[in-house]
Amino acid sequence: MPRILSIQNFSFRYPGAQRLAVDSFDLEVDRSEIIILAGPSGCGKSTLLRSINGLIPHMYSGDYSGAVLMDGANVREESMRALAQKVGFLFQNPENQIFMFSVERDVAFGLENLGVPREEMRRRVDEAMAQLGITHLARRAPHELSDGQKQRVALAGVLAMQPGLVILDEPTSLLDPMTASELVELVDKIRRENGTTFIVVEHRLDLLVRIADRLVVMNSGKKVLDGSCWDVLTDERAEGYGLSVPAIVKLEKGLNYHDVGTSARIPTAAQLAEEVNSRTA
Amino acid sequence: MIEFKVVTFSHPTGVTALDHVSLSIADGETVAVVGENGAGKTTLVKHITGLLKPTTGAVLVDGDDTRQRTTAELSRKVGVAFQNPDHQLFSENVEEEIAFALRNFGFPPETVKQRVDWALNFFGLEEYRKSSPLTLSGGEKKRLTIACILSWDPGVVVLDEPTVGQDVIQKERLSETVRMLKSTGKTVIIVSHDIEFLWPMQPRVIVMSRGKIIADGPASDLMLEREVLASARVSQPQLVTLYQGLKKRPAQPFVHVHDARSWLASEANG
Repeated sequence: MPRILSIQNFSFRYPGAQRLAVDSFDLEVDRSEIIILAGPSGCGKSTLLRSINGLIPHMYSGDYSGAVLMDGANVREESMRALAQKVGFLFQNPENQIFMFSVERDVAFGLENLGVPREEMRRRVDEAMAQLGITHLARRAPHELSDGQKQRVALAGVLAMQPGLVILDEPTSLLDPMTASELVELVDKIRRENGTTFIVVEHRLDLLVRIADRLVVMNSGKKVLDGSCWDVLTDERAEGYGLSVPAIVKLEKGLNYHDVGTSARIPTAAQLAEEVNSRTA
Repeated sequence: MIEFKVVTFSHPTGVTALDHVSLSIADGETVAVVGENGAGKTTLVKHITGLLKPTTGAVLVDGDDTRQRTTAELSRKVGVAFQNPDHQLFSENVEEEIAFALRNFGFPPETVKQRVDWALNFFGLEEYRKSSPLTLSGGEKKRLTIACILSWDPGVVVLDEPTVGQDVIQKERLSETVRMLKSTGKTVIIVSHDIEFLWPMQPRVIVMSRGKIIADGPASDLMLEREVLASARVSQPQLVTLYQGLKKRPAQPFVHVHDARSWLASEANG
């Protein structure tokens, strides 16, 4: 089975632009991985995402070289219709993608457009709503819901399409801390239950580093760091590339309490406190 | 001085967004407003600019009742960078966007030019001077709205979710801006979910839940109240959680990473 996503020496330049928006980019993504994509404003993240869901080159023209393979198929040669079933996209502001009169109609919207048979559609909509805990909201008008609920409705609409890869664009930035934490747990649950792969663009890293497998950092269109969250966040260059290194990672790195933070684990503040207590007892 | 006198605001649908809110913010204070989505935070700040008027009660800005003043009059005193920058950007290019309010307020052309140049430079937007605001990234749009309001130098600056879409370099620039505003005696009101950004500023914190103010006090006290924060779906800063988890700890919570590092290092060395 091919990798879910393989980006091979991909470069893209918008018409009239002086420099490449994405420059000789390589990335291999396995199924069920959760990857954080980070980097300063204007580093090329949005362009890269557009090249994965096919907006580049199907909607945006420009100088394109290299290849982006989604589930083994070249994005350049796939139709937008086929790509829509493989790659889901959740916008930062859910209001940009929910607009129907009821939650269930909204969740069904993508499937209706693909002409999925009615029974199959009903089953997938019910499953997606159940997984995200919004079945009780099925008949409600989306505009009456809280921001966290709207985010779930939008994500249910994406999941109903059963994409192998879901892109989340700053999903927690408009959510209160606890709702944001719940969304992050939900993403981890979907990955475990459905085997979905996630690429998450996010500046607020403190929550996501708990569930992400890798952190990929872009700068000036190039990939500059790629590794476990711990390894990337403790890299000397991380803050220079605009990464918000969580306070606990900075602290733990400075203290050098070996074993507390490792390649596989970033400690929580409570875990670090326990470690300090045991060492100073 | 900003005063809310038993303010209640109900939407035409009947939903009460502010419920008997009384509040006083003195000139020069830095205030953070936190709370769950839909708690009424944005509704609260819209009352300061007169965009919304109380259903009952009154809001006074420098002694003026907002019901007796137009939004244009109030905006000279209160500058607001809204949560969604698309709601306040409309000019042909970035330079014009900043100049728009300055011209409307009647500043002389030389001052307009000087302030536009300052704002573009300070917020790292110089290279977009002639670009359409609509072509900027979300984070850049946000910075542009903040640049616009600071350019006309209002006494009260309201920032609604200023860190959304900002990388750490821009967040540091924002903190620097808040410190600068504070040192020049401005009143700064920040609505934010980004507790890690707010904590080092040690602001006065107002916690809102379901249209009410449920707590109000200095960050150094309020951020220790885990249950109060949780009832408004706010979490503690990581350094506070660490501090409270320690069996042996200093008298005050750690404000910066280096405070925690020095203390822990000295403990480890006996």
